[in-house]
Amino acid sequence: MQQNLEVNKQDAKLTNMHYKELIRKYGALAVLILLIVVNSVFTPNFANINTAWNILIQVSTVMLVALGMTVVISSGGIDISVGAIMAVASITAAKLLGLGVLPAMLIGLLVAACFGAFAGFMVAHFKIQPIIITLTLMISVRGVAQVMNNSQLLNFTEPKFSYFGLHRFFGIIPIQVVIMAVAIGIIYFVVKRMTFGRYVEAMGDNYHASRLSGINTFMTTIAIYALSAVMAGGAGLLETARLSAADANAIGRLVELDAIAAVAVGGTPLNGGKANVIGTVIGALIMQILTVAVNMNNIPYSYALVLKSIIIIVAVYIQRDRTA
Amino acid sequence: MSQLVEKINSKSIKGFLKGQGALVAFAVLFVLASLRYEQFLTFLNISNILRQVSMIGLVGIGMTFVILTGGIDLSVGSMVALAGVLAANLSGQGMLVAILVPIAVTALLGLVNGLVITKMKIVPFVATLAMMMGIRGIAYISTGEVSVRVDKLSTGFTQLARGFVFNIPIPALIFVLTVIAASIVLKYSSFGRHVLAVGGNEEASKMMGLNTNKIKTMVYVISGALSGFAGVILASRLGAGQPVAGEGWEMTAIASVVLGGTLLSGGVGKFSGTFIGALIIGIITNMFNMQGNINTWWQNVLMGALLLVVVVIQSQVAKHKKK
Amino acid sequence: MEQKLLLEMTGISKYFVGVKALKDVSFKVGVGEVHALMGENGAGKSTLIKILTGVYTKDSGEIKFDGKVINPTSSLQAQQAGISTIYQELNLVPYLSICENIFLGREIKKNGLIDWKSTEREATAVLKDMGIEVDVRQPLNQQSTAIQQMVAIARAISINAKLVIMDEPTSSLDEKEVAILFKVIRKLKAQNISVIFISHRIDEIFEICDNLTILKDGELVGEYAVKDLTKIDLISKMIGRDASTIVNYKKDYSCSKIGDKIVCRAKNIRQGVKLQGIDLEIRQGEVVGLAGLLGAGRTELAKIIFGSDACDEGELEVHGNKVKFRLPKDAIGMNFAFCSEDRKVEGIIPHMSVKENLTLAILPKLSKLGIVSTKKQDEIVHHYIRRLKIKTPHANQKIRNLSGGNQQKVLLARWLCMNPQLVILDEPTRGIDVGAKAEIEALIQEMAAEGISVLMISSELEELVRGCDRIAVLRDGRKVKELVGEQISQQSIMKAIAQGHEGLKQSDVS
Repeated sequence: MQQNLEVNKQDAKLTNMHYKELIRKYGALAVLILLIVVNSVFTPNFANINTAWNILIQVSTVMLVALGMTVVISSGGIDISVGAIMAVASITAAKLLGLGVLPAMLIGLLVAACFGAFAGFMVAHFKIQPIIITLTLMISVRGVAQVMNNSQLLNFTEPKFSYFGLHRFFGIIPIQVVIMAVAIGIIYFVVKRMTFGRYVEAMGDNYHASRLSGINTFMTTIAIYALSAVMAGGAGLLETARLSAADANAIGRLVELDAIAAVAVGGTPLNGGKANVIGTVIGALIMQILTVAVNMNNIPYSYALVLKSIIIIVAVYIQRDRTA
Repeated sequence: MSQLVEKINSKSIKGFLKGQGALVAFAVLFVLASLRYEQFLTFLNISNILRQVSMIGLVGIGMTFVILTGGIDLSVGSMVALAGVLAANLSGQGMLVAILVPIAVTALLGLVNGLVITKMKIVPFVATLAMMMGIRGIAYISTGEVSVRVDKLSTGFTQLARGFVFNIPIPALIFVLTVIAASIVLKYSSFGRHVLAVGGNEEASKMMGLNTNKIKTMVYVISGALSGFAGVILASRLGAGQPVAGEGWEMTAIASVVLGGTLLSGGVGKFSGTFIGALIIGIITNMFNMQGNINTWWQNVLMGALLLVVVVIQSQVAKHKKK
Repeated sequence: MEQKLLLEMTGISKYFVGVKALKDVSFKVGVGEVHALMGENGAGKSTLIKILTGVYTKDSGEIKFDGKVINPTSSLQAQQAGISTIYQELNLVPYLSICENIFLGREIKKNGLIDWKSTEREATAVLKDMGIEVDVRQPLNQQSTAIQQMVAIARAISINAKLVIMDEPTSSLDEKEVAILFKVIRKLKAQNISVIFISHRIDEIFEICDNLTILKDGELVGEYAVKDLTKIDLISKMIGRDASTIVNYKKDYSCSKIGDKIVCRAKNIRQGVKLQGIDLEIRQGEVVGLAGLLGAGRTELAKIIFGSDACDEGELEVHGNKVKFRLPKDAIGMNFAFCSEDRKVEGIIPHMSVKENLTLAILPKLSKLGIVSTKKQDEIVHHYIRRLKIKTPHANQKIRNLSGGNQQKVLLARWLCMNPQLVILDEPTRGIDVGAKAEIEALIQEMAAEGISVLMISSELEELVRGCDRIAVLRDGRKVKELVGEQISQQSIMKAIAQGHEGLKQSDVS
């Protein structure tokens, strides 16, 4: 009889674990679906296609940044300079429009990549902690961006640039959605199926062992931060295209927090390890829908802030690594 | 003779840099500023610097406690705002109430931080990031998104930030006393040593019987309380509690801690370092204000570059120390 | 002789999800007794200890300590009851001073403030009693591993522990330091302090322990007095098969197929004070051992050969051509491989699967345009799981769920699949059960027979004697002797280490 009891306790423990595993894996998705359903019912005008497109357009900025952030965090690092990078890419491109739209955008991305590579170099060579080096960049790069146009708003009229912000395929699908989808696909593939991505996860999990296994941690680190910067730069360009204005002061402010929140809610461990790209996508969407829902219900944004903070804590709590 | 000089030079320079790098940097800046700007070494200017530095310095002291345990507190800026708003609201109820209640509230919020981190096992970065958002939201909600004016009749409260004792601005006095008190706690109290132990090796501290959760929670309470104090002083200085206050203060606080030589990974550091770090930032900001015609955004560039240089030096020194 | 019981654990059981860690285990330790706790990895030793020290809670059974029933639910409670533990990964705070580590949690105070003078005085006294003289104000992380361990023991003594549990205490100590440790253990005995000695090192257990308990698969095999058991008996009880092949095996040198080509030659390698000019040659198909005390420079030399660290002076030649390794990547490009002595820190990627760990080094070769071919990956993984008999439910199992021995096999496979010409193994069988140990030793011989050169570092003389064709003995960063073929024996190695080693008495080398 005693043995039966013990076996049953075992089974109970097993199913309990399984149940918790399920929550861990699908919790974020469940929250997202819940948010959509609840809002469709209670929020006026929510459940229509235009709202959906608007949400997707608005989330595209954070989404791109968060995708890059996923890679950085998965490697055990962090990048809080992304907002400043957005600004500098934006101003650079806006100022160089005379060279042609595509060259201007490419140079903007290149500038972003350089700053990112610099950060990666400092981390890899001097072994400076990522938060510190990206903190210094956050401060100084924002300054550079502000200086570049005397911290004044730069308006421009350039339909070929605005194309990237306003165009709709077949008159319906916003270009941001397409770009976002492509970016998600690329990042997912890079992380899961390319050696670079495997190296990133290995480094985040055990840096020493990775190095001893022949991984070129130096170059990989530089690439990681360059990638994050390029994604941020892209986000900056996208937003600038939509507004037809480059504002070095305001663009990207606090975007690093939203991006990190998206990654955290999405389930990528903050100390490094397996990257959960789809999770980040879900996390970013959750954050955006919250913001929109609060807005559409005429509730002050400050309530959204409180809600967001609760969701972050709950989501991360549910998804934590219990076996560690 | 030259060998002797060389010996003295290398030993003392290295030793100096190891322990006193921040102090050297501060001295250099001070001299530079005094030479460059004739308005620098005036009573008004110095007391302004001290007053400004004190507020963020207090936040930095709290941040140092947290960082010493290996954690981080991103919510300090929001706490400054909330405390300021509360203080302004309560300024009519008497000076003591207006000062102590907000501090108690932020200390409580610090407790929440600590509990979320220790009981829910959420890493400090994310936990305090979330709290930063939430507390900022509460600050906005409680004022309806506008600033709250300090009661004109509450002279006691206003004196907090604007008064002097022996010609020293009160906030500066508070800051210095706090640094001294914190240093004594660190060196001579069990709690202080335990803070270092937890930051140095948390697993080992636990095995040695320390209540690591309690220690980790306490430092967030301290950080909350000190941030609250800073917010109260700020409200007193501005004559109003602004829900937007304190934005970016967490980064500046972290910068002062790092400039002062405390390791972000925890276990090593001192409060006098944060003190110097805060002063350095204060002087640089002041120098830029004095320069006037430079685009103040250059300040950001320079600040970032300076931080970078200091951090690189620290990493090189740390490398030698390890050997 | 009626010996009073200090610790009596009866009927202890503990289940984890899907695993029965302990089933109805009994364990007794007398007052002033040194008691060995043995068993392969997964036998339940660490679970039993964790229950005793309050880290885990038992599912059933009773613990009686010093006459009272106890049920510790935290390590603090266990400590307060008088049970102290010295862990393998020393659990002390690196940045704090020695005296502070000893008194952490029980700070000596005067008028509410910490009295540093008294703290330093008392700490110095405790260590002096143990025969250790050191400046207690120095930070702990600047001391050698041996000293750090002594500090851990000093802490236990000063907390008035009645029972000191030592988990693999000698794994990082050289012979001289082990002697000091044993002297300290004998002192503890004399003070009626009991010691639980967890170890795989049979020689040491026979030297210092009174009794031993063997666990296997979560159950008690038996408790024996050391004097009633021979080494062979012991091993057969542990692994349940005839172990005479393991104990007395000495390599058959006539079978070694050593080529004439010198695969790697190190010339005059110098690194700070650690290495003072070492020459070493490794031939094709040769198993070369590096013997020596801790601090002799063996791991340092190995890491230089592998490109993980840089040397100040010296040259490396591969097949007669000068090479310069700046990164492990360079050495790997020359088909070198390196298995670190610290699996956890430098070996496994814990959250990744067996498959990903195994193919980590060879990944570039499995990829085209940077994209990994999962088909090729699966092929290699399945091949090596079979060949090395790696025990894992499937290839996607997280590697940290495997036992130490199987993890080591995965790490070896990581290098084997690269077709290395030189494999450097640093303590390849440390912390591994006897069964897996034998398999890995056999594997090393197989590799040599296939023409792969092996450079093996081991602190276990028996292991070196069993497996090596040639042994280079290092002492204080210098190579003091090379033993080849029939010259190799435990005696000759120890004699070589002893040469120039002041203080080592003749009786130590008898």
